[in-house]
Amino acid sequence: MFGKLTLEAIPFHEPIIMGALSGAGLLGLALIAAITKFGKWGYLWKEWLTSVDHKKIGVMYIIVALVMLLRGFADALMMRTQLAMATGGAHGIFPPEHYDQIFTAHGVIMIIFMAMPFMTGLMNIVVPLQIGARDVAFPFLNSLSFWLLVASAALVNISLGVGEFAKTGWVAYPPLSELAYSPGVGVDYYIWALQISGIGTTLTAINFLVTILKMRAPGMKLMQMPIFTWTCTWANVLIVSSFPILTGALAMLTLDRYLDFHFFTSEAGGNPMMYLNLFWAWGHPEVYILVLPAFGIFSEVISTFSGKRLFGHTSMIIASGVISVLGFMVWLHHFFTMGSGASVNAFFGIATMVISVPTGVKLFNWLFTIFRGRLRFTAPVMWTLGFMITFSIGGMTGVLMAIPGADFVLHNSLFLIAHFHNTIIGGAVFGYLAGFAFWFPKAFGFKLNERLGKAAFWFWQSGFFFAFVPLYVLGFLGMTRRLNHTDNPLWTPWLYIACIGAVLIAIGIGCQLLQLFVSLRDRKQLADVSGDPWNGHTLEWSISSPPPFYNFATLPQVHDIDAFTDMKEKGVAYDIPKQYAPIHMPKNTAAGVYIGGFTLACGFALIWHIWWLAIVGLLGIVGSMLARAYDNDKDYYVQPEEIEAIERERFEKMGIDFDRYDERDSNNRPHKAKTLEQV
Amino acid sequence: MTSQVNALHDHDHAHDHEHHDAGASVELGFWLYLMTDCILFASAFAAYAVLVGNVAGGVAGHDIFELKFVLVETFALLFSSITYGFAMISGHKGNKAGLLGWLAVTFLFGATFIGMELHEFGALIAEGHGPDKSAFLSGFFALVGMHGLHVTAGLIWMAVMMLEVIKTGLTGRAMTRLNCLSMFWHFLDIVWICVFTVVYLKGAI
Repeated sequence: MFGKLTLEAIPFHEPIIMGALSGAGLLGLALIAAITKFGKWGYLWKEWLTSVDHKKIGVMYIIVALVMLLRGFADALMMRTQLAMATGGAHGIFPPEHYDQIFTAHGVIMIIFMAMPFMTGLMNIVVPLQIGARDVAFPFLNSLSFWLLVASAALVNISLGVGEFAKTGWVAYPPLSELAYSPGVGVDYYIWALQISGIGTTLTAINFLVTILKMRAPGMKLMQMPIFTWTCTWANVLIVSSFPILTGALAMLTLDRYLDFHFFTSEAGGNPMMYLNLFWAWGHPEVYILVLPAFGIFSEVISTFSGKRLFGHTSMIIASGVISVLGFMVWLHHFFTMGSGASVNAFFGIATMVISVPTGVKLFNWLFTIFRGRLRFTAPVMWTLGFMITFSIGGMTGVLMAIPGADFVLHNSLFLIAHFHNTIIGGAVFGYLAGFAFWFPKAFGFKLNERLGKAAFWFWQSGFFFAFVPLYVLGFLGMTRRLNHTDNPLWTPWLYIACIGAVLIAIGIGCQLLQLFVSLRDRKQLADVSGDPWNGHTLEWSISSPPPFYNFATLPQVHDIDAFTDMKEKGVAYDIPKQYAPIHMPKNTAAGVYIGGFTLACGFALIWHIWWLAIVGLLGIVGSMLARAYDNDKDYYVQPEEIEAIERERFEKMGIDFDRYDERDSNNRPHKAKTLEQV
Repeated sequence: MTSQVNALHDHDHAHDHEHHDAGASVELGFWLYLMTDCILFASAFAAYAVLVGNVAGGVAGHDIFELKFVLVETFALLFSSITYGFAMISGHKGNKAGLLGWLAVTFLFGATFIGMELHEFGALIAEGHGPDKSAFLSGFFALVGMHGLHVTAGLIWMAVMMLEVIKTGLTGRAMTRLNCLSMFWHFLDIVWICVFTVVYLKGAI
C-alpha cells in the first residue's frame, strides 16, 4: 500500500532534524492560524495562488526563493559550524551520513531552489513591463511553471522529515548515485525534485522567448530592447538548449535505478563518465543562466543611477551572446583530472579563458557608464560596485583554474569552492539583491529602507570575504571539499575565520529581514507615488507602482533604447489618451495549482515506490490538462470605464489633472468609449 | 463562445495592433518546445553512440535487428506523415469529413508502428535481451522506447483532436492545435529516420 514508506522513515532519533522540523512546523501553524484569523484564505486563493498575472507570479517566485535561501543558508551555517568544531581530531555535531545530506541539500537548494526562482521571479515581474506587454504569451503556462517549482521544492523539504536526501553532493555522480551504492530514497528525492523543477524552467523559458519575440510594444526593435530583457533572452536561449540535457541525464539515471538499465553503472558496460559529460553540458550553461540576468540588472542599475545611457548597449548584447555560445564549449573544465588527455584539456582550458574577454567587455562598459556620470550611492549601486570588485576576483581565480596543470592541484579543493561562491554570490546573488532593491518599489509601491539596505550590503560583502578568502588559502593548504572532520592544525585558524564570515552574512540576511519589516511599517513615508522613483529609463517606470493588473492602459510607442527617457524628454511621458479601448486579459485559473498538486503526489509516490498513487497522480495531471484545454471561459475584456477609474486614481495621486478636456475631443470623453458590444 | 472571442480578437488586431495572433504565438511556442525535445533526443542518441559497443559479452545490433521487419515499421510511420499532410489539406479547405478520415488513417498507421515496436521489444525481452543485460541494450531500449512513448502520446493527442473536431468542428482553436500536432508528428518522423539510420542500418552492418 505504501511502497517502501514506513514510520521508520521519520528520523525520530535525530534531535537536530526533529528540532528543525518542529520549528518549521510551528512557523507553518502560526502562518495558517494568522491567515485564518484575518480571514485571508479567499483573498490568498483568488488573488495570488490562482493568479496568472506575471507580476504576482514573479512575487511568489521570489518568496519561494527567499524561504529556500533561509533553508539553504541554515545548511551553510551548519557546515561552517561543523568544520570549525571538528578540527584537531574532534568530530563535531554532525555524523558523516547527516553531514553529507547537508552539503548536498545546500548545493541543490541554492542553485535550483534559490537562485533559479529568484532570477525567474525578477524576470517575471520586469520583462513584460520593460517590453510594454500586458502579460506573458502563455499566462496559464506561467502559473503552471511556478506550481511545478513549488511541487519540487516541497519534495526537497519533505525529504528532511520523511526519509533522507541524497548524500552524493549536488552533482550526484554515478556510480555513487546508483542503486548499488545509494540504496536509500535520497537520490530519488534528488532526481524527481530536479526533474520536475527542470521541466517548469524549460516551460518558463519557452514562454518568455515567445513573449519577447511576439509581444514587444509597437516600435520596439530587437536591438532596442532594454538590456535586462536582453540578458534574460540569452538566459532563456540557454535554458531551452541546456535543460533538456539535464532532463535526459536524470531520465537515464532514473532508468538505471528503477528498471535496472546500465547507462552509468560500473558493470555491464555502463559508462559513469557519460553522466559527468551530460551533467556539465547542462551545468555549465546553467551558471550563465544564473549570472547573465544579474549582469542585466547591474547594467540597468548603473545606467539609471549614473543618469546616463548604458555605455555600449549593442556590445553588451553581443558580449552576452558570445558568453552564451562559449558557455556551451567549456563543460569539460569541470573534470580536467578525469582522463581526457592533454589536447582535449588544452582546448577546453583555452575556451574557458576566452570567456573572460566578453566578460571584460561588460566590466569596461559599466565603468564607462559611470565615467562622467553622477553616480547616486543607493543600495542597488552598492551591490553593483561590490559585485564589480568581488566578481573580478572570482573571474581571475577562474582563469587560474582554467589552466589544466593548475587544476590538477586545485581540483575539488576548497579553492574551487571559494571560486564558484565568489562568482555565484558575488555575481548572481548580489545581482538579484540589487534587482530586488531596485524593482521593489515597482512591485509594491514603496521603497525599501535605505539604511538597512546598505547595512545588509556591508555585512554581506565583508562576510563574503571573511567566509571565502580563507577557503582559497585552505585550498592551497591542501584541504579538499566535502570533509566531515579534519586533523590539521594549520587549517584550524582559517576554518574559524570562515565560520565568522558565515555569521557576518547571517547578520546581513537579518538586516534584510528587518529591512522588509521596517519598510512595510513605514510604507506611507516610503511610498512611490510617481511610479518612477529612480528617474528610470525604461518602460516599467512609465506606469504606476504597483502597476495596474493590465500594466499599460494604452500600449506605448517606442522610439529609443531608453524608451521612457525618450518620452520624458519629448514631454509625452504622462499623456492621457482621449479614450481607452477594452483590454483583453486572461482569467485566473486553479488548474496550475491542481497540476502542481498531482505532480507532487506523483513525485512522492515514485520516490517511495507507491505505484497506485503514481498512476493517480499521472492521471490527475493529464485530466487537469485536458480540463484546462477545453475550458472555454479563459479570458475577458476589461471595460474602458474600469480602466479610466484606475488611471484617474493614479494621475490624481500624482497631482495631474485627469480631466484636461481642452486636450481631448469632448465627443470622445473616456466614459463614452465604446463598450464591448459596440466593438 | 470561442469563435466569438476569436472574432473579437481578430478585430482588435486589425484595429490597433494591440494583440498578436494567438495561434501564431502558440505555434511558435510549440516549435520551441519541439527544439527542446530535439535536444533531449540528441542526448539519447549521444548516449546510444557512446554505449553501442558495450555489449558486455551479450548480443550486438547485428545479432538482434531484423531489418525487413523494421523497414515495414518505418514505412508505416512515413506513410502516416503523408496522410497527416492530407488531413491538414482537407482541414484548410474546411472539409471536416476529409480531415477526420485522413486522421483515422494516420492513427491506424501510427498504431501499427507502435504495435510492431511493442512486438519487437516483447520478443527481445522474451529471448533474454532485455535492457538490463548490457549498456548497449539499455541505450537501445531507452532511445527507441522514448521515440515510441512520443508516438503514443501523439496518438492519444490525435484521438482527442478527432473528438474535438467531431464535437465543435473546425474552429480556429482546433486548427491551431492540429497544426501543432502536425509539427509534432512530422518531427517524430524525422527522429525516426535518424533512429532507423543510426540504430538499425548501422547496427545491422
